[in-house]
Amino acid sequence: VADGVSGPHSGRRVRRRDALPLYSVAGFLVLFGTWFAFAHSGWVPRLVLPSVETVATTFWRLTQDPFAGFTLQQHLLSSAIRFGSGFALAAAIGIPLGLMTGWFRWLDDIVSPVFEALRFIAPIAWVPFAALWFGTGFGGPVLIIFSGAFPPCVINAHRGARLVEPRLIEAAQTLGASHWRIITEVLLPGALPAIVAGLRISAGLGWQSLIGAELIVVSSGIGYLMVQGQSNLATPIVMAGMVAIGMVGFAIDVVLRAVEARIQRRWAG
Amino acid sequence: VAGSASERGGGRRRLTGVVTIGGLLALWVMLAAGGVVDPARFPRPVDVWRAAVQLSDRGYAGGTLLWQVWYSARLVVLGFLVAAATGVPLGLLMGMSRRAEAFINPAFLLIRPIPPLAWIPLAILWFGLGDTAKIFVIWFAAFVPALINTYTGVREIDGLFVAAARVHGASSWQIVSEIVVPGALPLIFTGLRLALQASWTTLVAAELVGAFFGLGRVLIIAAQDIYPGMIAYAMAWVALLGAAMTWALGRVERRLIPWRTA
Repeated sequence: VADGVSGPHSGRRVRRRDALPLYSVAGFLVLFGTWFAFAHSGWVPRLVLPSVETVATTFWRLTQDPFAGFTLQQHLLSSAIRFGSGFALAAAIGIPLGLMTGWFRWLDDIVSPVFEALRFIAPIAWVPFAALWFGTGFGGPVLIIFSGAFPPCVINAHRGARLVEPRLIEAAQTLGASHWRIITEVLLPGALPAIVAGLRISAGLGWQSLIGAELIVVSSGIGYLMVQGQSNLATPIVMAGMVAIGMVGFAIDVVLRAVEARIQRRWAG
Repeated sequence: VAGSASERGGGRRRLTGVVTIGGLLALWVMLAAGGVVDPARFPRPVDVWRAAVQLSDRGYAGGTLLWQVWYSARLVVLGFLVAAATGVPLGLLMGMSRRAEAFINPAFLLIRPIPPLAWIPLAILWFGLGDTAKIFVIWFAAFVPALINTYTGVREIDGLFVAAARVHGASSWQIVSEIVVPGALPLIFTGLRLALQASWTTLVAAELVGAFFGLGRVLIIAAQDIYPGMIAYAMAWVALLGAAMTWALGRVERRLIPWRTA
Protein backbone atom coordinates (compact mmCIF):
# COMPACT_ATOMS: atom_id res chain seq x y z
CA VAL A 1 0.00 0.00 0.00
CA ALA A 2 2.71 2.40 1.01
CA ASP A 3 4.20 2.17 -2.45
CA GLY A 4 0.90 3.21 -3.96
CA VAL A 5 0.42 5.98 -1.46
CA SER A 6 3.85 7.47 -1.94
CA GLY A 7 3.11 8.11 -5.60
CA PRO A 8 4.25 6.89 -8.96
CA HIS A 9 7.46 8.92 -9.18
CA SER A 10 9.96 6.22 -8.36
CA GLY A 11 12.86 8.63 -8.12
CA ARG A 12 11.18 10.49 -5.30
CA ARG A 13 10.36 7.26 -3.57
CA VAL A 14 13.98 6.14 -3.54
CA ARG A 15 15.11 9.38 -1.99
CA ARG A 16 12.47 9.05 0.72
CA ARG A 17 13.53 5.53 1.52
CA ASP A 18 17.05 6.80 2.17
CA ALA A 19 15.66 9.17 4.75
CA LEU A 20 13.85 6.41 6.64
CA PRO A 21 16.66 5.61 9.12
CA LEU A 22 16.51 9.27 10.15
CA TYR A 23 12.90 8.74 11.22
CA SER A 24 13.95 5.72 13.26
CA VAL A 25 16.66 7.73 14.98
CA ALA A 26 14.10 10.44 15.62
CA GLY A 27 11.77 7.86 17.15
CA PHE A 28 14.47 6.73 19.56
CA LEU A 29 15.40 10.30 20.44
CA VAL A 30 11.79 11.29 21.11
CA LEU A 31 11.24 8.26 23.35
CA PHE A 32 14.37 8.64 25.46
CA GLY A 33 14.30 12.43 25.22
CA THR A 34 10.79 12.54 26.67
CA TRP A 35 11.81 10.20 29.45
CA PHE A 36 14.97 12.23 30.15
CA ALA A 37 13.12 15.54 30.07
CA PHE A 38 10.30 14.38 32.34
CA ALA A 39 12.66 12.76 34.84
CA HIS A 40 14.83 15.89 35.07
CA SER A 41 12.09 18.48 34.85
CA GLY A 42 11.02 18.03 38.46
CA TRP A 43 7.33 17.81 37.44
CA VAL A 44 7.26 14.13 38.16
CA PRO A 45 8.53 12.84 41.52
CA ARG A 46 11.72 10.79 41.32
CA LEU A 47 9.83 8.01 43.05
CA VAL A 48 7.45 7.76 40.12
CA LEU A 49 9.85 8.22 37.23
CA PRO A 50 13.57 7.69 37.90
CA SER A 51 15.94 8.95 35.25
CA VAL A 52 17.49 6.73 32.59
CA GLU A 53 20.88 6.93 34.32
CA THR A 54 19.41 5.89 37.67
CA VAL A 55 17.87 2.80 36.13
CA ALA A 56 21.16 1.95 34.42
CA THR A 57 23.23 2.33 37.61
CA THR A 58 20.60 0.40 39.60
CA PHE A 59 20.85 -2.40 37.06
CA TRP A 60 24.62 -2.46 37.52
CA ARG A 61 24.34 -2.32 41.32
CA LEU A 62 21.86 -5.24 41.33
CA THR A 63 24.42 -7.40 39.56
CA GLN A 64 26.95 -6.62 42.33
CA ASP A 65 24.99 -6.40 45.60
CA PRO A 66 22.25 -8.87 46.57
CA PHE A 67 18.68 -7.56 46.72
CA ALA A 68 15.82 -9.67 48.09
CA GLY A 69 18.42 -12.28 49.05
CA PHE A 70 20.29 -12.66 45.77
CA THR A 71 22.06 -10.74 43.04
CA LEU A 72 20.33 -10.12 39.74
CA GLN A 73 22.22 -12.98 38.06
CA GLN A 74 21.20 -15.42 40.80
CA HIS A 75 17.54 -14.35 40.52
CA LEU A 76 17.73 -14.75 36.75
CA LEU A 77 19.36 -18.15 37.11
CA SER A 78 16.65 -19.47 39.41
CA SER A 79 13.99 -18.15 36.99
CA ALA A 80 15.83 -19.72 34.06
CA ILE A 81 16.00 -23.13 35.75
CA ARG A 82 12.27 -23.06 36.46
CA PHE A 83 11.57 -21.91 32.93
CA GLY A 84 13.78 -24.59 31.38
CA SER A 85 12.13 -27.35 33.42
CA GLY A 86 8.56 -26.27 32.70
CA PHE A 87 9.26 -25.68 29.03
CA ALA A 88 11.06 -29.03 28.63
CA LEU A 89 8.17 -30.80 30.36
CA ALA A 90 5.60 -29.11 28.11
CA ALA A 91 7.56 -30.07 25.00
CA ALA A 92 8.22 -33.63 26.21
CA ILE A 93 4.52 -34.27 26.81
CA GLY A 94 2.92 -31.91 24.31
CA ILE A 95 4.77 -32.88 21.14
CA PRO A 96 4.22 -36.66 21.42
CA LEU A 97 0.61 -36.05 22.42
CA GLY A 98 0.04 -33.78 19.42
CA LEU A 99 1.63 -36.28 17.03
CA MET A 100 -0.41 -39.11 18.47
CA THR A 101 -3.71 -37.21 18.29
CA GLY A 102 -2.71 -36.37 14.73
CA TRP A 103 -2.39 -40.08 13.94
CA PHE A 104 -4.98 -41.88 16.08
CA ARG A 105 -8.47 -40.47 15.48
CA TRP A 106 -9.94 -42.17 18.54
CA LEU A 107 -7.32 -40.56 20.77
CA ASP A 108 -8.07 -37.17 19.24
CA ASP A 109 -11.79 -37.68 19.92
CA ILE A 110 -11.01 -38.35 23.59
CA VAL A 111 -8.36 -35.69 24.17
CA SER A 112 -9.90 -32.80 22.21
CA PRO A 113 -12.92 -32.06 24.43
CA VAL A 114 -10.84 -32.09 27.63
CA PHE A 115 -8.14 -30.01 26.01
CA GLU A 116 -10.61 -27.47 24.64
CA ALA A 117 -12.34 -27.15 28.00
CA LEU A 118 -9.09 -26.64 29.93
CA ARG A 119 -7.62 -24.25 27.37
CA PHE A 120 -10.03 -21.51 28.38
CA ILE A 121 -8.53 -21.37 31.85
CA ALA A 122 -5.84 -18.69 31.79
CA PRO A 123 -2.49 -20.28 32.80
CA ILE A 124 -2.14 -17.78 35.59
CA ALA A 125 -5.42 -18.96 37.15
CA TRP A 126 -3.65 -22.22 37.99
CA VAL A 127 -1.48 -20.39 40.52
CA PRO A 128 -3.58 -21.27 43.62
CA PHE A 129 -3.78 -24.99 42.82
CA ALA A 130 -0.15 -25.10 41.70
CA ALA A 131 0.90 -23.68 45.05
CA LEU A 132 -1.42 -26.01 46.95
CA TRP A 133 -0.36 -29.17 45.11
CA PHE A 134 3.32 -28.62 44.37
CA GLY A 135 4.44 -25.84 46.71
CA THR A 136 5.76 -22.41 45.84
CA GLY A 137 9.44 -23.31 45.47
CA PHE A 138 9.92 -25.30 42.30
CA GLY A 139 7.00 -27.58 41.44
CA GLY A 140 4.29 -24.92 41.56
CA PRO A 141 6.00 -22.45 39.19
CA VAL A 142 6.92 -25.31 36.86
CA LEU A 143 3.23 -26.25 36.62
CA ILE A 144 2.34 -22.65 35.72
CA ILE A 145 4.98 -22.53 32.97
CA PHE A 146 3.76 -25.91 31.78
CA SER A 147 0.16 -24.72 31.55
CA GLY A 148 1.26 -21.71 29.51
CA ALA A 149 3.66 -23.56 27.21
CA PHE A 150 1.71 -26.81 26.71
CA PRO A 151 -1.14 -25.81 24.32
CA PRO A 152 1.02 -24.46 21.45
CA CYS A 153 3.19 -27.60 21.61
CA VAL A 154 0.15 -29.86 21.25
CA ILE A 155 -1.66 -27.77 18.65
CA ASN A 156 1.31 -27.31 16.35
CA ALA A 157 2.46 -30.93 16.54
CA HIS A 158 -1.12 -32.00 15.79
CA ARG A 159 -1.54 -29.62 12.85
CA GLY A 160 1.92 -30.47 11.54
CA ALA A 161 1.15 -34.18 11.65
CA ARG A 162 -2.16 -33.62 9.85
CA LEU A 163 -0.45 -31.69 7.07
CA VAL A 164 2.11 -34.39 6.29
CA GLU A 165 1.63 -35.52 2.71
CA PRO A 166 -0.69 -38.56 2.60
CA ARG A 167 1.53 -40.07 -0.11
CA LEU A 168 4.41 -40.42 2.34
CA ILE A 169 2.20 -42.04 4.96
CA GLU A 170 0.68 -44.41 2.41
CA ALA A 171 4.15 -45.37 1.16
CA ALA A 172 5.24 -46.18 4.70
CA GLN A 173 2.07 -48.18 5.29
CA THR A 174 2.57 -50.11 2.08
CA LEU A 175 6.05 -51.03 3.25
CA GLY A 176 4.53 -52.37 6.46
CA ALA A 177 5.64 -49.69 8.92
CA SER A 178 4.18 -49.95 12.43
CA HIS A 179 2.19 -47.12 14.07
CA TRP A 180 5.27 -46.29 16.13
CA ARG A 181 7.55 -46.04 13.11
CA ILE A 182 5.04 -43.94 11.16
CA ILE A 183 4.81 -41.49 14.05
CA THR A 184 8.56 -41.24 14.70
CA GLU A 185 9.89 -41.57 11.16
CA VAL A 186 7.21 -39.97 8.99
CA LEU A 187 5.05 -37.63 11.08
CA LEU A 188 7.76 -36.25 13.38
CA PRO A 189 10.16 -35.14 10.65
CA GLY A 190 7.28 -33.94 8.48
CA ALA A 191 5.82 -31.87 11.28
CA LEU A 192 9.14 -30.49 12.53
CA PRO A 193 8.85 -26.98 11.05
CA ALA A 194 5.38 -26.59 12.59
CA ILE A 195 6.62 -28.02 15.90
CA VAL A 196 9.51 -25.56 16.10
CA ALA A 197 7.17 -22.68 15.29
CA GLY A 198 4.97 -23.91 18.15
CA LEU A 199 7.94 -24.09 20.49
CA ARG A 200 8.66 -20.43 19.87
CA ILE A 201 5.12 -19.46 20.83
CA SER A 202 5.36 -21.82 23.81
CA ALA A 203 8.56 -20.24 25.04
CA GLY A 204 7.03 -16.76 24.95
CA LEU A 205 3.89 -17.83 26.80
CA GLY A 206 5.85 -19.93 29.30
CA TRP A 207 8.26 -17.11 30.09
CA GLN A 208 5.36 -14.71 30.57
CA SER A 209 3.51 -17.19 32.81
CA LEU A 210 6.62 -17.67 34.93
CA ILE A 211 6.89 -13.93 35.52
CA GLY A 212 3.24 -13.94 36.62
CA ALA A 213 3.80 -16.87 38.98
CA GLU A 214 6.87 -15.24 40.48
CA LEU A 215 4.98 -12.02 41.09
CA ILE A 216 2.40 -13.89 43.12
CA VAL A 217 3.84 -16.78 45.09
CA VAL A 218 7.56 -17.36 44.78
CA SER A 219 10.42 -16.28 47.07
CA SER A 220 13.21 -16.00 44.52
CA GLY A 221 13.52 -15.21 40.82
CA ILE A 222 13.31 -12.09 38.74
CA GLY A 223 9.57 -11.59 39.31
CA TYR A 224 10.10 -11.81 43.05
CA LEU A 225 12.87 -9.20 42.82
CA MET A 226 10.38 -6.84 41.15
CA VAL A 227 7.67 -7.44 43.76
CA GLN A 228 10.17 -6.71 46.52
CA GLY A 229 11.26 -3.57 44.70
CA GLN A 230 7.62 -2.55 44.41
CA SER A 231 6.86 -3.04 48.11
CA ASN A 232 10.00 -1.02 48.97
CA LEU A 233 8.77 1.72 46.61
CA ALA A 234 12.01 1.31 44.65
CA THR A 235 10.93 2.18 41.12
CA PRO A 236 14.49 1.90 39.68
CA ILE A 237 14.69 -1.72 40.87
CA VAL A 238 11.33 -2.52 39.28
CA MET A 239 12.43 -0.95 35.99
CA ALA A 240 15.81 -2.70 36.07
CA GLY A 241 13.91 -5.97 36.57
CA MET A 242 11.76 -5.20 33.53
CA VAL A 243 14.87 -4.56 31.45
CA ALA A 244 16.37 -7.88 32.57
CA ILE A 245 13.14 -9.76 31.80
CA GLY A 246 12.96 -8.15 28.38
CA MET A 247 16.56 -9.10 27.64
CA VAL A 248 16.10 -12.73 28.64
CA GLY A 249 12.81 -13.01 26.73
CA PHE A 250 14.50 -11.49 23.71
CA ALA A 251 17.44 -13.91 23.99
CA ILE A 252 15.11 -16.92 24.19
CA ASP A 253 13.29 -15.72 21.10
CA VAL A 254 16.52 -15.12 19.16
CA VAL A 255 17.77 -18.64 19.90
CA LEU A 256 14.50 -20.30 18.87
CA ARG A 257 14.23 -18.08 15.79
CA ALA A 258 17.69 -19.26 14.71
CA VAL A 259 16.67 -22.90 15.21
CA GLU A 260 13.47 -22.29 13.25
CA ALA A 261 15.28 -20.62 10.34
CA ARG A 262 17.80 -23.44 10.20
CA ILE A 263 15.18 -26.16 10.15
CA GLN A 264 13.10 -24.39 7.54
CA ARG A 265 16.15 -23.99 5.34
CA ARG A 266 16.98 -27.68 5.60
CA TRP A 267 13.40 -28.75 4.97
CA ALA A 268 12.97 -26.42 2.02
CA GLY A 269 16.15 -27.74 0.39
CA VAL B 1 -7.05 -31.16 18.45
CA ALA B 2 -7.55 -27.76 16.89
CA GLY B 3 -10.00 -27.18 14.11
CA SER B 4 -10.59 -30.85 13.76
CA ALA B 5 -14.29 -30.45 14.49
CA SER B 6 -14.68 -28.80 11.13
CA GLU B 7 -12.39 -31.28 9.40
CA ARG B 8 -14.93 -34.00 9.99
CA GLY B 9 -18.14 -33.15 11.75
CA GLY B 10 -20.44 -35.80 12.98
CA GLY B 11 -22.30 -37.16 15.93
CA ARG B 12 -19.79 -39.86 16.78
CA ARG B 13 -17.19 -37.28 17.62
CA ARG B 14 -19.54 -35.21 19.76
CA LEU B 15 -20.67 -38.37 21.51
CA THR B 16 -17.10 -39.33 22.37
CA GLY B 17 -16.61 -35.84 23.77
CA VAL B 18 -19.68 -36.04 25.98
CA VAL B 19 -18.73 -39.53 27.14
CA THR B 20 -15.17 -38.46 27.97
CA ILE B 21 -16.18 -35.39 29.96
CA GLY B 22 -18.98 -37.35 31.65
CA GLY B 23 -16.56 -40.15 32.48
CA LEU B 24 -14.07 -37.75 34.05
CA LEU B 25 -16.82 -36.15 36.14
CA ALA B 26 -18.03 -39.59 37.26
CA LEU B 27 -14.46 -40.53 38.16
CA TRP B 28 -14.18 -37.36 40.23
CA VAL B 29 -17.43 -38.11 42.10
CA MET B 30 -16.34 -41.69 42.80
CA LEU B 31 -12.84 -40.76 43.96
CA ALA B 32 -14.30 -38.14 46.28
CA ALA B 33 -16.94 -40.53 47.65
CA GLY B 34 -14.31 -43.21 48.17
CA GLY B 35 -12.21 -40.82 50.21
CA VAL B 36 -9.24 -41.21 47.86
CA VAL B 37 -8.64 -37.48 47.39
CA ASP B 38 -7.61 -35.27 50.29
CA PRO B 39 -10.33 -32.57 50.51
CA ALA B 40 -7.73 -30.11 51.83
CA ARG B 41 -5.84 -30.35 48.54
CA PHE B 42 -8.37 -31.35 45.91
CA PRO B 43 -12.02 -30.27 46.06
CA ARG B 44 -14.88 -32.74 46.17
CA PRO B 45 -18.05 -31.99 44.19
CA VAL B 46 -19.79 -31.06 47.44
CA ASP B 47 -17.02 -28.54 48.24
CA VAL B 48 -17.46 -26.82 44.89
CA TRP B 49 -21.23 -26.76 45.43
CA ARG B 50 -20.80 -25.20 48.89
CA ALA B 51 -18.40 -22.62 47.45
CA ALA B 52 -20.91 -21.81 44.72
CA VAL B 53 -23.70 -21.33 47.25
CA GLN B 54 -21.50 -19.24 49.53
CA LEU B 55 -20.27 -16.97 46.72
CA SER B 56 -23.80 -16.38 45.43
CA ASP B 57 -25.50 -15.92 48.82
CA ARG B 58 -23.12 -14.35 51.29
CA GLY B 59 -20.29 -13.44 48.96
CA TYR B 60 -16.56 -14.01 49.30
CA ALA B 61 -13.49 -11.76 49.13
CA GLY B 62 -15.63 -8.64 49.44
CA GLY B 63 -18.60 -9.36 47.21
CA THR B 64 -21.06 -11.80 45.73
CA LEU B 65 -20.51 -13.65 42.47
CA LEU B 66 -22.42 -11.06 40.47
CA TRP B 67 -20.35 -8.20 41.87
CA GLN B 68 -16.99 -9.95 41.31
CA VAL B 69 -17.87 -10.97 37.76
CA TRP B 70 -19.15 -7.48 36.96
CA TYR B 71 -16.00 -5.92 38.41
CA SER B 72 -13.62 -8.06 36.34
CA ALA B 73 -15.69 -7.96 33.15
CA ARG B 74 -16.04 -4.17 33.27
CA LEU B 75 -12.26 -3.70 33.61
CA VAL B 76 -11.43 -6.15 30.85
CA VAL B 77 -13.86 -4.50 28.43
CA LEU B 78 -12.58 -1.01 29.29
CA GLY B 79 -8.93 -2.01 28.93
CA PHE B 80 -9.63 -3.87 25.70
CA LEU B 81 -11.49 -0.92 24.18
CA VAL B 82 -8.68 1.50 25.07
CA ALA B 83 -6.13 -0.88 23.52
CA ALA B 84 -8.22 -1.41 20.38
CA ALA B 85 -8.86 2.32 20.01
CA THR B 86 -5.11 3.04 20.07
CA GLY B 87 -3.61 -0.12 18.54
CA VAL B 88 -5.79 -0.36 15.43
CA PRO B 89 -5.41 3.28 14.27
CA LEU B 90 -1.67 3.19 14.95
CA GLY B 91 -1.42 -0.08 13.03
CA LEU B 92 -3.30 1.51 10.10
CA LEU B 93 -0.97 4.49 10.19
CA MET B 94 2.15 2.32 10.32
CA GLY B 95 0.82 0.14 7.53
CA MET B 96 0.11 3.08 5.24
CA SER B 97 3.09 5.29 5.89
CA ARG B 98 6.63 4.03 5.86
CA ARG B 99 7.73 7.14 7.67
CA ALA B 100 5.33 6.54 10.54
CA GLU B 101 6.51 2.94 10.66
CA ALA B 102 10.18 3.98 10.80
CA PHE B 103 9.37 6.50 13.51
CA ILE B 104 7.35 4.20 15.77
CA ASN B 105 9.05 0.85 15.19
CA PRO B 106 12.21 1.34 17.31
CA ALA B 107 10.25 2.24 20.43
CA PHE B 108 7.87 -0.61 19.73
CA LEU B 109 10.67 -3.16 19.29
CA LEU B 110 12.26 -1.99 22.52
CA ILE B 111 9.10 -2.42 24.57
CA ARG B 112 7.79 -5.59 22.95
CA PRO B 113 10.07 -8.20 24.58
CA ILE B 114 8.83 -7.16 28.03
CA PRO B 115 5.88 -9.43 28.84
CA PRO B 116 2.73 -7.49 29.82
CA LEU B 117 2.66 -9.18 33.23
CA ALA B 118 6.04 -7.60 34.01
CA TRP B 119 4.34 -4.18 33.93
CA ILE B 120 2.16 -5.08 36.91
CA PRO B 121 4.59 -3.98 39.68
CA LEU B 122 5.29 -0.70 37.89
CA ALA B 123 1.57 -0.14 37.35
CA ILE B 124 0.95 -0.63 41.07
CA LEU B 125 3.75 1.82 41.93
CA TRP B 126 2.34 4.38 39.52
CA PHE B 127 -1.39 3.97 39.97
CA GLY B 128 -2.01 1.87 43.08
CA LEU B 129 -4.37 -1.09 43.22
CA GLY B 130 -7.39 0.57 41.58
CA ASP B 131 -8.90 0.58 38.10
CA THR B 132 -6.26 2.77 36.42
CA ALA B 133 -3.44 0.32 37.12
CA LYS B 134 -5.49 -2.56 35.67
CA ILE B 135 -6.44 -0.68 32.53
CA PHE B 136 -2.81 0.39 32.05
CA VAL B 137 -1.55 -3.20 32.23
CA ILE B 138 -4.34 -4.55 30.00
CA TRP B 139 -3.49 -1.84 27.50
CA PHE B 140 0.09 -3.06 27.27
CA ALA B 141 -1.06 -6.65 26.83
CA ALA B 142 -3.73 -5.99 24.21
CA PHE B 143 -2.16 -3.11 22.32
CA VAL B 144 0.63 -5.20 20.76
CA PRO B 145 -1.45 -7.90 19.02
CA ALA B 146 -4.01 -5.30 17.88
CA LEU B 147 -1.27 -3.18 16.32
CA ILE B 148 0.80 -5.96 14.73
CA ASN B 149 -2.16 -7.66 13.06
CA THR B 150 -3.66 -4.42 11.80
CA TYR B 151 -0.28 -3.45 10.39
CA THR B 152 0.13 -6.83 8.68
CA GLY B 153 -3.42 -6.65 7.34
CA VAL B 154 -2.79 -3.27 5.73
CA ARG B 155 0.53 -4.41 4.29
CA GLU B 156 -1.09 -7.39 2.63
CA ILE B 157 -3.58 -5.31 0.66
CA ASP B 158 -2.82 -5.27 -3.04
CA GLY B 159 -1.31 -1.87 -3.85
CA LEU B 160 -3.14 -1.99 -7.16
CA PHE B 161 -6.49 -1.32 -5.43
CA VAL B 162 -5.12 1.83 -3.85
CA ALA B 163 -3.56 2.98 -7.09
CA ALA B 164 -6.82 2.33 -8.98
CA ALA B 165 -8.84 4.30 -6.44
CA ARG B 166 -6.36 7.16 -6.62
CA VAL B 167 -6.55 7.26 -10.40
CA HIS B 168 -10.32 7.52 -10.13
CA GLY B 169 -9.97 10.49 -7.83
CA ALA B 170 -10.70 8.97 -4.44
CA SER B 171 -9.79 11.13 -1.47
CA SER B 172 -7.40 9.90 1.19
CA TRP B 173 -10.30 9.44 3.54
CA GLN B 174 -12.17 7.34 0.99
CA ILE B 175 -9.09 5.19 0.44
CA VAL B 176 -8.75 4.56 4.16
CA SER B 177 -12.41 3.90 4.85
CA GLU B 178 -13.30 1.96 1.71
CA ILE B 179 -10.15 0.05 0.83
CA VAL B 180 -7.64 -0.08 3.65
CA VAL B 181 -9.98 -0.79 6.57
CA PRO B 182 -12.22 -3.36 4.85
CA GLY B 183 -9.18 -5.05 3.32
CA ALA B 184 -7.42 -5.34 6.64
CA LEU B 185 -10.56 -6.21 8.61
CA PRO B 186 -10.08 -10.01 8.77
CA LEU B 187 -6.60 -9.62 10.22
CA ILE B 188 -7.74 -6.76 12.45
CA PHE B 189 -10.22 -9.14 14.00
CA THR B 190 -7.58 -11.85 14.40
CA GLY B 191 -5.58 -9.25 16.30
CA LEU B 192 -8.57 -8.21 18.38
CA ARG B 193 -9.27 -11.81 19.34
CA LEU B 194 -5.70 -12.29 20.51
CA ALA B 195 -5.89 -8.92 22.26
CA LEU B 196 -9.03 -9.93 24.10
CA GLN B 197 -7.51 -13.18 25.33
CA ALA B 198 -4.38 -11.34 26.44
CA SER B 199 -6.55 -8.75 28.22
CA TRP B 200 -8.32 -11.40 30.21
CA THR B 201 -5.17 -13.34 31.22
CA THR B 202 -3.47 -10.12 32.21
CA LEU B 203 -6.37 -8.85 34.26
CA VAL B 204 -6.63 -12.11 36.19
CA ALA B 205 -2.89 -11.95 36.88
CA ALA B 206 -3.10 -8.31 37.95
CA GLU B 207 -5.98 -9.12 40.29
CA LEU B 208 -4.00 -12.02 41.76
CA VAL B 209 -1.08 -9.68 42.49
CA GLY B 210 -3.23 -7.00 44.08
CA ALA B 211 -6.82 -5.81 43.77
CA PHE B 212 -9.83 -4.82 45.83
CA PHE B 213 -12.38 -7.00 44.01
CA GLY B 214 -12.68 -9.29 41.01
CA LEU B 215 -12.36 -12.98 40.17
CA GLY B 216 -8.56 -12.90 40.55
CA ARG B 217 -9.07 -11.49 44.03
CA VAL B 218 -11.47 -14.35 44.82
CA LEU B 219 -8.81 -16.83 43.61
CA ILE B 220 -5.99 -15.42 45.71
CA ILE B 221 -8.10 -15.12 48.87
CA ALA B 222 -9.28 -18.71 48.38
CA ALA B 223 -5.63 -19.75 47.98
CA GLN B 224 -4.72 -18.00 51.23
CA ASP B 225 -7.68 -19.61 53.03
CA ILE B 226 -6.75 -23.02 51.53
CA TYR B 227 -10.29 -23.38 50.18
CA PRO B 228 -10.01 -25.75 47.17
CA GLY B 229 -13.75 -25.67 46.45
CA MET B 230 -13.68 -21.91 45.95
CA ILE B 231 -10.47 -22.07 43.90
CA ALA B 232 -12.09 -24.56 41.51
CA TYR B 233 -15.31 -22.56 41.31
CA ALA B 234 -13.49 -19.29 40.60
CA MET B 235 -11.34 -21.00 37.95
CA ALA B 236 -14.48 -22.28 36.27
CA TRP B 237 -15.79 -18.71 36.12
CA VAL B 238 -12.48 -17.46 34.72
CA ALA B 239 -12.80 -20.03 31.93
CA LEU B 240 -16.49 -19.31 31.39
CA LEU B 241 -16.04 -15.54 31.10
CA GLY B 242 -13.05 -15.98 28.79
CA ALA B 243 -15.11 -18.23 26.53
CA ALA B 244 -18.11 -15.88 26.63
CA MET B 245 -16.02 -12.87 25.61
CA THR B 246 -14.37 -14.74 22.74
CA TRP B 247 -17.81 -15.86 21.58
CA ALA B 248 -19.22 -12.32 21.75
CA LEU B 249 -16.33 -10.94 19.69
CA GLY B 250 -16.92 -13.72 17.16
CA ARG B 251 -20.54 -12.54 16.83
CA VAL B 252 -19.40 -8.98 16.17
CA GLU B 253 -16.90 -10.25 13.62
CA ARG B 254 -19.53 -12.21 11.71
CA ARG B 255 -21.78 -9.15 11.69
CA LEU B 256 -19.02 -6.88 10.36
CA ILE B 257 -17.37 -9.29 7.93
CA PRO B 258 -20.23 -11.18 6.33
CA TRP B 259 -18.05 -12.14 3.36
CA ARG B 260 -15.76 -14.19 5.55
CA THR B 261 -17.21 -17.62 6.11
CA ALA B 262 -14.60 -19.18 8.39
